[in-house]
Order: sequence, then structure tokens, then C-alpha cells
Amino acid sequence: MDTQLDLWEVFIQGKSGGQFMHAGSVHASDKEMALKYARDLYTRRNEGSAIWVVLSTHIVASLPEDAEMFFDPANDKIYRHPTFYTMPEGALQI
Amino acid sequence: MEKNEALKKFLLRLGDNALIQGHRLSEWCSRGPMLEEDIALSNLALDNIGRAQAFLDYAGHFYSNPQSADDLAFKRSERQYYNFLMAELPVGHFGYTIAKQLYISAYEELLFEALTQSTDDTIAAIAHKAVKEARYHFSHAADWCVRLGLGTAESHDKLGSAMSDLWAYTQEFFEMTDGDLQLLQLGIAPDQNQIKKVWTDKVNKVFMRAGYVMPGECHQYSGSQQGVHTEYLGHLLCEMQYLQRSHPQAAW
Repeated sequence: MDTQLDLWEVFIQGKSGGQFMHAGSVHASDKEMALKYARDLYTRRNEGSAIWVVLSTHIVASLPEDAEMFFDPANDKIYRHPTFYTMPEGALQI
Repeated sequence: MEKNEALKKFLLRLGDNALIQGHRLSEWCSRGPMLEEDIALSNLALDNIGRAQAFLDYAGHFYSNPQSADDLAFKRSERQYYNFLMAELPVGHFGYTIAKQLYISAYEELLFEALTQSTDDTIAAIAHKAVKEARYHFSHAADWCVRLGLGTAESHDKLGSAMSDLWAYTQEFFEMTDGDLQLLQLGIAPDQNQIKKVWTDKVNKVFMRAGYVMPGECHQYSGSQQGVHTEYLGHLLCEMQYLQRSHPQAAW
């Protein structure tokens, strides 16, 4: 039997304005505990400026058996890649 | 008393509180109730050790033969330590540690808030950093008090008796020596009576949230301002100072 507390997924934002990246997970009984543990486990070395925690059971995930249906159709659509342009010289952030 | 002597003692008390508390918390490392809490407690320990280093390093400047933070941590004996008696008490069970953390961190948050206004720049600078840590320590402890207080009958009873046993060590926080009064006049140290009022209110709010009634007046232990300690400090120092005592000047 799993005697651990609920599982929460942790997302860390490196710096203000940036995207939140999945960092890992923690066990906790409530949201305050989850947030504090996330802080203690994943931002001890200055990795973050903000944290999201979400109950793992609240995440809707695609199923492995759906992978073919979901992802294979993108395989042969090479024209969807933005590789048919010449990059203007000096253009940044592209 | 000469001002520097008063300041030295004041700094030793701040440094010793952090050092001894940090050592006690570090005893939880690998023994926490669960992995996450184990790391959380070790983090609290590290905050304390860092703070001890800062205060003891500064205290070392006020000796006629200047001492390093390591000298002060590892070469003083029991009677030369000025930490609160509560800090040296054994960690006990998890609820006992949380009760200790509640009382001490509530005090430290208020103390460091006041010390950010100290006329001594070094103390003010250390306090700026320490107050953020103490705020987190208090929040960690208060959350756990509510969880355990409103948890099962067993968790409620265990935390409740820890909080009432430890109450006898709380009033020592607010003692002021003649030296402290002198530092208060100079704007270096805060008025502990003011801190006491806010502390009592702050702690009482946690008692109420967690479903307890604050203990009334009772016998209070005291002595650490004179370097008189409980039986526990000597054992703690034996372990902490063993290496430097057996192999003086050992470095790695």
C-alpha cells in the first residue's frame, strides 16, 4: 500500500517573465506544504523566482497507446517546419 | 561595562543561538519523517549555520586576540556559550522540534526585524538577510502546528504537551543584561520588552489556529546569560567539537 502523501508536480520559473519548466514532484498533504517542499527541494541553489505546484491527479495526460494516432501524422509534414526561409541577416530572437 | 564587551556578548548570544539550533536541526538529517521534510529541516539547519558564521565572525573582532568564527564555535567550553536553553534541548519527537521552532522562529523574526534598524551596520546587514530566513522558519513551524493541532488526537496531544513543556523556556528570550540596556541606549540592540508583547500575540494566534490555549504563567528556566546551561549542552558540544579538540588545527 502506498502510505505516502499526495503527489504534486512542481514547475519552476527561472526568472520573471520566463516559462515555467517541470522540475519534478513532491509528496505533500496540502497546497501550502507542497509549495514549501517544492521551494526546499527545487530552488535551494537559486534556480527559481516563482513556483507552481499542481496535484498530479489534476494533470490530464495522453496515453501511450494513442501515441501513433496523436503524433505520427506530423512525421511527413516537412512543410510545417520553418526551414524554407532565408534568415535576414542580423535578425535576432528567431 | 565597556561597550565593546557588551557588543561581544550580544553577538555571541546571537551566534550561539544560531549555531546550537542549527546543530540540533541537523540531527534530523536522514531521520526526517519523510524525504521532503528531511530536506526542509536540513535547510533550516543550514540557514542557522550560515547565520552563526556571520555573527561569530563579527564577534571575533571584539577579542583582544581576534578569533575566527571556527575558533569560537569549536574552542569555547560550555560556560562560555550564551545560547537560549531552549535551543540546546534535544530534538525530541517531530512535534517537539516543531514547538521549539515555533517559539524560537517567532522570536527571531521579530528580533531581526528590529535589528535591521540597528545603528551597527554589520548587525543591520546580517539582520536583513536573517529576517527573510526567520520569516520562512516561522511560516514552516506555524503551518505544522496547525496541521498537527487539528490532525489526529495523538498529533494534537503530542504537540500540545511539547508546547506546554517548552513554555518554561520562553521567557528567557526577553532577558536583558546591563550590557544589553547599554546597547539599547546606543540603538544597537532592540528593546526585548517590546518584542515580548508582539511575540506573545504572534504565538497566541498560532495557538488559536491550531486549537490550543496558550499556557499561563509558570516557573521559568534561566541562566544562559551567565553561561549556565542544562545538562544537554555539554553532550552536544562533545560531539560538535570532537574533531577540533582531538586534532587541533585539522583542516580539509
